[in-house]
Amino acid sequence: MVDVNTTRSSSGHRLGATLHRHPKTRLTLTLLPPLGWLLVFYLGALVLLLINAFWTVDSLTAQIVKDWSLQNFQTLWSSPVYRTITLRTVWMASAVTVTDILLALPVGYFAARIASPRMRSALLVAVVMPLWTSYLIRAFAWQTITSPNGLLESLLDALGLPSPGIGNSLWSIWLTFTYLWLPFVVLPVYAALERVPESYLEASGDLGAKGWTTLRKVVWPLALPGIVAGSIFSFSLTLGDYIAPILVGNTKFIGNVIYDSVGVANNLPFAAAFAMVPIAIMAVYLAVARKLGAFEAL
Amino acid sequence: MAWSVETRGTKVAVLFGTVVTIVFLYVPLAVVVIYAFNDSVAQAWPPQGFTTKWFELALGDEAMRSALWNSVKVASVATAIALVLGSAASFAVHRFAFFGRQAVSFLLVLPIALPGIITGMALRTGINTFEIPFSLWTIMIGHSTFCIVVVFNNVVARLRRTPTSLVEASMDLGADGWQTFRHVTLPAIGTALIAGGLLAFALSFDEIIVTNFTSGSELTLPKWIFNAIRLPRNRPEANAVAALVMLLSLFPVYLAQRLSGGSEDVAGSRRPIKADASASDAV
Repeated sequence: MVDVNTTRSSSGHRLGATLHRHPKTRLTLTLLPPLGWLLVFYLGALVLLLINAFWTVDSLTAQIVKDWSLQNFQTLWSSPVYRTITLRTVWMASAVTVTDILLALPVGYFAARIASPRMRSALLVAVVMPLWTSYLIRAFAWQTITSPNGLLESLLDALGLPSPGIGNSLWSIWLTFTYLWLPFVVLPVYAALERVPESYLEASGDLGAKGWTTLRKVVWPLALPGIVAGSIFSFSLTLGDYIAPILVGNTKFIGNVIYDSVGVANNLPFAAAFAMVPIAIMAVYLAVARKLGAFEAL
Repeated sequence: MAWSVETRGTKVAVLFGTVVTIVFLYVPLAVVVIYAFNDSVAQAWPPQGFTTKWFELALGDEAMRSALWNSVKVASVATAIALVLGSAASFAVHRFAFFGRQAVSFLLVLPIALPGIITGMALRTGINTFEIPFSLWTIMIGHSTFCIVVVFNNVVARLRRTPTSLVEASMDLGADGWQTFRHVTLPAIGTALIAGGLLAFALSFDEIIVTNFTSGSELTLPKWIFNAIRLPRNRPEANAVAALVMLLSLFPVYLAQRLSGGSEDVAGSRRPIKADASASDAV
């Protein structure tokens, strides 16, 4: 029971009462700080990024030349190296996303529809737990697993199978990315499957559909928006990562070029121009995801 | 009553897939722990003998300890900022219908929808343009920007699940806005705040993609680990540090799990109220 009289005179109450009478003030007070932060430190910074992309670096003085120029974009467009790297990154992000969804579907389905409530919580905790271990260490673990003399080679050797030789290759990078982002995909896939009402499945069964038909024609379309929502994370995270390719392979992705342009080449404007590429790709991806209803499921 | 679309075969296949995925998730973690006790510096399989010397080395390492302390400072400040701004944003978006609400929701989610390298590059151009010196503060600002959405997601999901009738009942019974907030709303969102805060802390504590762009010589724990694993002789120590952090993280995971009554909030996803009681649950 709350004793109204003893706390009535506190300033919190007067403030509360004033705010209650002025919903516009309340809205301003709650909206302005987070909005201001994001406008300055995110959107404002993004605008600066865009402006920087049109600047250049003087090759003699290494100083930034603040004149409008399309030179960075011309370099990006005309050089086959950057086109190859962009295609490779998009291809990798797609492969990782598809693999993660395939791995996430059974776990999500088991958790949502077959497991007991106790089992379900245990399973979901088990999926999230790896995220609490250092991302770098988890990525690097794949370097040791896939290297010659590593766990994978000795396991296959014990089974009498030939060495796959995937250490330091695109395969080990694919495995590592798939591993790193899997928990981020399992949870939305689980949520999507859990949202499918049981009564729809019963109705489908009553109308004579077999299990497989129900899965394909009822469960899949209803779960698709949630699955697409989950895929945003694995796709976007792969698109911008430059650490895993350094640790487990020696192939360059978009992120590596951007990182090296800043750190090694000291060419911030070129890095800014190349950063427009993943932004554009994500804009397309998010637009498609929105069409598929992923935003309502997010 | 119990009715299911799954045949026995489907169930076995799904169970098999589940086991494969869980094994896939845990093998690398096991590998890290095993190599942390490996006597040899070469990380070949099988490990060569048992030792705890890497843990002793790690615990006595001054550079590692100061990096750890920096990470704790950065993650604490980033989490505090995210808690204040993220919950404020969730109240605004949930309680009010205003012009541009969709755009605001979109802006909030953008830092995690776009790759982290974009956040890092954007802030780096800002730091460069205004010639701001690197410090722990520049790292904190970068981390807060993507931690806000984590808290926002958790709190807004909880607010959606909390019936507005509770607030109305409180007001009908004579409580004013402050009392309703203090005694109805806050208890309802309390565990969501804790779960969101823990996740924000964990994300910041482990961050390196953005940190590399917003820091100079300041070492955070991930930056220390990144340097360590690139030198073969420092790798066992890095594994020992990872094993220790893994052990320490069991406590917040357990806490978040207990408080949220499910792992959904820990992961920042949103669980809707079930439209329909599932038959398999009822049995």
